[in-house]
Amino acid sequence: MQIDIKTADVTPLRQTFKHVQERIGDNKPASRYQEATIALQPEANFHYRPYWDSANELYDKNRTAIVMEDWYAFRDPRQFYYGSWTIARAKQQDSTERNFSFVEQRDLLSLMSDEWRQVVADVLLPLRHVEYGANLNNYYVTSYGYGAAITQLTAFAGMDRLGIAQYLSRIGLILDGNTGELLNQAKEDWLQAERWQSLRRLMEDLLVVEDWFELLVAQTLVLDGLLYPLVYERMDKAVSENGGSSLAMLTEFMSEWFGESKRWVDATLKTAAQESEANREQLQSWINHWLPKVEAALLPVAERVFESEAEDVLEELKTELSVRLKKKCTLELS
Amino acid sequence: MSAKKLGLREKYSKMTRDLSWEPSYQPMEKIYPQTEMEGLKIEDWDKWEDPFRLTMDAYWKYQAEKERKLYAIIEAFAQNNGQLNVTDARYINALKLFLNGVSPLEYAAHRGFAMAGRQLPGVGAQVACQMQSVDELRHVQTQVHTISHYNKYFNGLDDFRHKHDNVWYLSVPKSFFDDAMTAGPFEFITAISFSFEYVLTNLLFMPFMSGAAYNGDMATVTFGFSAQSDEARHMTLGLEVIKFMLEQHPDNVPIVQRWIDKWFWRGYRLLSLVSMMMDYMLPKKVMSWKEAWEMYFVQNGGALFEDLARYGIRMPKYWEQTVAGMDHLSHQTWNTFYTHNHAAAFHTWMPEEDEMQWLASKYPESFDKYYRPRWEHYKKLEEEGKDFSNPSLPMLCQTCQIPMFYTEADDPTTISYRVSEYKGDKYHTCSDGCKDIFDHEPEKYIQAWLPVHQIFQGNCGGGSLEEVLDWYRLNQGVENVKYHLSEDFSNWKKWKGLDPETESDDEPRQVSNG
Repeated sequence: MQIDIKTADVTPLRQTFKHVQERIGDNKPASRYQEATIALQPEANFHYRPYWDSANELYDKNRTAIVMEDWYAFRDPRQFYYGSWTIARAKQQDSTERNFSFVEQRDLLSLMSDEWRQVVADVLLPLRHVEYGANLNNYYVTSYGYGAAITQLTAFAGMDRLGIAQYLSRIGLILDGNTGELLNQAKEDWLQAERWQSLRRLMEDLLVVEDWFELLVAQTLVLDGLLYPLVYERMDKAVSENGGSSLAMLTEFMSEWFGESKRWVDATLKTAAQESEANREQLQSWINHWLPKVEAALLPVAERVFESEAEDVLEELKTELSVRLKKKCTLELS
Repeated sequence: MSAKKLGLREKYSKMTRDLSWEPSYQPMEKIYPQTEMEGLKIEDWDKWEDPFRLTMDAYWKYQAEKERKLYAIIEAFAQNNGQLNVTDARYINALKLFLNGVSPLEYAAHRGFAMAGRQLPGVGAQVACQMQSVDELRHVQTQVHTISHYNKYFNGLDDFRHKHDNVWYLSVPKSFFDDAMTAGPFEFITAISFSFEYVLTNLLFMPFMSGAAYNGDMATVTFGFSAQSDEARHMTLGLEVIKFMLEQHPDNVPIVQRWIDKWFWRGYRLLSLVSMMMDYMLPKKVMSWKEAWEMYFVQNGGALFEDLARYGIRMPKYWEQTVAGMDHLSHQTWNTFYTHNHAAAFHTWMPEEDEMQWLASKYPESFDKYYRPRWEHYKKLEEEGKDFSNPSLPMLCQTCQIPMFYTEADDPTTISYRVSEYKGDKYHTCSDGCKDIFDHEPEKYIQAWLPVHQIFQGNCGGGSLEEVLDWYRLNQGVENVKYHLSEDFSNWKKWKGLDPETESDDEPRQVSNG
């Protein structure tokens, strides 16, 4: 059937869905992010209590101490939905891939002294286990969190962390000529070496945290907020100054990722903190609880790179995090 | 270095299962508290065969390519008013059923697979479940974006979130996923990955997407093609998980068999909505429900269960009844919606004569004998301006939540119902399959949020039909009328340049079947 659309009078009846319109205002066109996010999670009339948590509904606001009037008050400054997330990551993946072949073809990591290669292997490679733990922690939030505005972000972040664990594994394979020996050693260190035990304990402690918002704060704000600047800014810089500038090409994904991801973490915490004094106190107490544990866990790792200056480096990073918290999240560091 | 270089398989293993470790600061059962709750015995997670070996970089690359193409087509579709190219505005009602009934299930699958991806203690299974979780998020979001354009021009699409949570017939799909998600991780993955994705997906996804292709819906069919490779991955996961559980311990066999029985029947009941879509809602038909069930379940499913026989698994219980019911399922379902159209967020209609002939040819055993006379009666009433509608509230099955309108497998003139007693109360179910499911987990099913019970208990806005429909946020007189009386129909005629003035109200569908 051929139709002549020039003569057809096709006036839209409405701009978007009701649950979107209710939040963005009448007769405004909605963005793809808004239509993909707002009110997407079921909210009422659940049929059965979960066998795995009979005290709560399938989706339940009571799985965290944080209280919100509207769980869609949260906005991702990057406006990620699946399509925009995966397209953004594909672009980064593309340039990461080019960086990896550039470094591999020219064997650039061999320009590092043996001493610094060892530092990189000792510090970077066990972190793939931290990334895996972070993957599970983000998926915990996606599983038991409330509202698609937050839970989709942790789904993306969870997959990102798996990707980062895989990039770290590839760095290990480049360093040892694809035998896997360095990765095996790194795992051995993660399980046994004194240097890693407080961090491993911290990761295992995080894996049993019940309140999903607490886990979000501990993992994505406190731990990542110190770990990423320590490894992908400070350590990268130290390695670069010692003939390992090519390493930064292999960790570019991680540093870019952190710069981008902290924006949604900050926005999420700020929205929760501004909702009520009770939320602010709760967030504050979680930060106070987890910060010393994170610091203690990172110190031995930092010492492997910065030796006697490690404490100072961590102090500086804490100051930076404190500034970030105050400015971006309206919260304090104890 | 002297050590041997890693092969592809070992390399993939380094990228996934080697990432985990045996915890020593926290007990395994605290990190994975749901592992033992279902009685399943898993002795060695290393025996898990990764159904597909996809690292994240490759995942991003493939998925982004598909997303770019899909969104380009959706944009072009909107720009060119592609909605005007569908066969007939009756087709849009299939989209209404899809967006209100199925898309929210994609969201549920996203969350359910996230839980399985967090709770199953093997990394191989975690990664496969997490990838599926994020794929399912893709599906719900791309479906919303695809149908968003239709929502601007047609009624019954704009409130799918509220309706899925509240409206009576949508409790059928909703309770299906609620049931799976409130079970443990192994039952969830058996229910969704195996029974639903592997055994039945061709009967849910295929009819909607082929229906779109046959009826000129470029946007939805593009989504369908784009999701096909995701679905293929999900199906391989479904088969792997079944084989893994069965190979781990012989004690798992009866547990898995019971899950297969339960979820096959739950899925079959859910598909009754699809059966009426295929036989009645598509202006241009793809194939009949009966043909689809014969091809995708009886033949393909039969071959699958023959293959699983070596594990001690047999065909799902009561599958013979689904075959006996093929001649009646879609007609009885459509009859219920036609007579309760005032309570539904889409339009119904009586088939045209050429469609009646098609139905008679596809259902020679049943259509002319049992259903054509009824349809002709309804049509006569329509012509007299006295559309038949049933204002009473039906009794619902305690398990599948469908009104009790199905007939006995061996007698299409007797309504089938079963009764169970539990703690002094009577509970009604629609079939042997649903009764078995109830009897095995009565504590679960007595909790069901049954829409009709809820209305009688005063939880749905009030005592009158109108109050309940307001509470459903049904736009009365617009969304819930027969097609020939609908705004969709009058707009369609206007947009297509078919002068509404010259159309008499009692012969409304001369424009259809283009």
